[in-house]
Amino acid sequence: MKRLGKHAIFYAALLGSWSLLAALKIWPPYLFPTPKGVMEALYAGFQDHSFWIAIVVSMRRVVIGYAISVVAGTVLGLGVASNEFLEETMGGLLVSLQSLPSICWWPLALLWFGLNQNAILFVVFMGSLLSVTMAMEDGRKQMPKIYAMAGRNLGAHGFRLFWYVLLPASLPFIVSGLKQGWAFAWRSLITAEMLYMSLGLGQVLMMGRELNDMSQVIAVMILIIAIGYVVDGLVFKTIERRLQHQWGLTSAT
Amino acid sequence: MTPNVVPQPSFPDQRSLDHRSPARSGATRPKAILSPIRQRDVNGTPKVWLKNISLSYRVDNGTRLLALDNINLKVKPGEFLCIVGPSGCGKSTLLHLIAGLHQPSSGSLLVDDHKVGAPGTDRILIFQELGLFPWLKVGENVEFGMKMKGLSKAEREERVQYYLRLVHLSQFKDSYTHQLSGGMRQRVALARALATEPDVLLMDEPFAALDAQTRDLLHDELERIWAETGRTVIFVTHNVREAVRLGDRVAVLTFRPGRLKREYSVDLPRPRHLEDVTVAKSAREILDDLREEINKSLEEQYGLEAAR
Repeated sequence: MKRLGKHAIFYAALLGSWSLLAALKIWPPYLFPTPKGVMEALYAGFQDHSFWIAIVVSMRRVVIGYAISVVAGTVLGLGVASNEFLEETMGGLLVSLQSLPSICWWPLALLWFGLNQNAILFVVFMGSLLSVTMAMEDGRKQMPKIYAMAGRNLGAHGFRLFWYVLLPASLPFIVSGLKQGWAFAWRSLITAEMLYMSLGLGQVLMMGRELNDMSQVIAVMILIIAIGYVVDGLVFKTIERRLQHQWGLTSAT
Repeated sequence: MTPNVVPQPSFPDQRSLDHRSPARSGATRPKAILSPIRQRDVNGTPKVWLKNISLSYRVDNGTRLLALDNINLKVKPGEFLCIVGPSGCGKSTLLHLIAGLHQPSSGSLLVDDHKVGAPGTDRILIFQELGLFPWLKVGENVEFGMKMKGLSKAEREERVQYYLRLVHLSQFKDSYTHQLSGGMRQRVALARALATEPDVLLMDEPFAALDAQTRDLLHDELERIWAETGRTVIFVTHNVREAVRLGDRVAVLTFRPGRLKREYSVDLPRPRHLEDVTVAKSAREILDDLREEINKSLEEQYGLEAAR
């Protein structure tokens, strides 16, 4: 309750000063929109379904791209973790590649896939692949060896050992990497959508720019933040909480 | 040297522990499980036979360390064998090897006269650190080995219930392992191992980290369960008195490299207790024999000129 009160005060102050600044009319409304204008833009966007469509399209893209990168990252990460040669060579490459914003792949993606959805998916995929790979590699290394031995001892091997033992045993070590991968995937998607006009939240945002409608731009920004926050809170926080409960990590901290 | 094992005394009926074992009265034994395999000395085939086993591995500086040196050991079906030795003598390695988690550098491991080199659910190891799966509930932990074996859901359910009752943990089926005490976790590990119905139970210093009361209680329970199920048990410990309290036979390993120094058959009536004078006396005898090895291990570990 106390926390809620603090948040209420903070956001009321933020909105208040924004309204005040807008009311002073230092800048024209098309440069500095009012909170009311943004609310109206949000309402209108949902009213004419354009925001709904954009959300569905964007979510679909990010989920597909992210899912592919999780599968590929898992294979790659486990490969790197289990092979000394790969670890020494590819491990370093992966770390250095992480400093490359995934949108840099955009020109290549356009050439390879053409100006279509696959090019966007590729950029999303590249955005989260490295985080996922490194998380898997790390998780595999940090996982206590006893679980693998116990699993083999109880008759698990091959895929069953991986699925029933290695994967759950390393989950606490990889979940933060998966989360980071998601964040990168989401940012990469919006960036790519802003470059390539074809539905999606990024495109709606750029449309606001074309129409000089800063209310719409800010409305879409708020949507992008909100979706990122909701996925983080619903999906990843739930997983983390469950893991902490299962592993008994809450009592330790 | 006393290489011959004295035949088992028949003891289950002399026990005075019944008040603590609802498993006897309460649990109905599901069909087809736990048929007591009292095939002791049926045709003289050892259950487990370590044949000239040696094992060495590479240490950090590139040299090879000989951990086990030409071990020859036969374990009879249904026997309770304890292996004692100072820490670092390769006791755990030996158990891992029997479990199939390590390969010998030379020699062979025979189970029922068949050479084995991989893990199998006929030999289940209870690790010193237990290795219970924290992401599974107690019941699911017990179920795990049976699931890997491909037993049906109904059969698994039945057995989980039976074995949890056997270790007195029925009401903790849906708890996570971190919610249990050390002794209870120990019993979960025991139930998980027993539930796959292994012929051979391998135990690696399972009670070392427990308080004295819990350990005494688990000794009683292990003895009871062993008597009821007739499994072969190979139990590793550094506590000689524990070995005498539990074992039909005690094998002493030397310190680095691990060699079989001597074997003692423990010819005391059951049930035994840790405080029994006879147990203490036998333990004393073995301990004197072991002293030299313990001193070697201490010198190595602490650079002491030994506690002689």
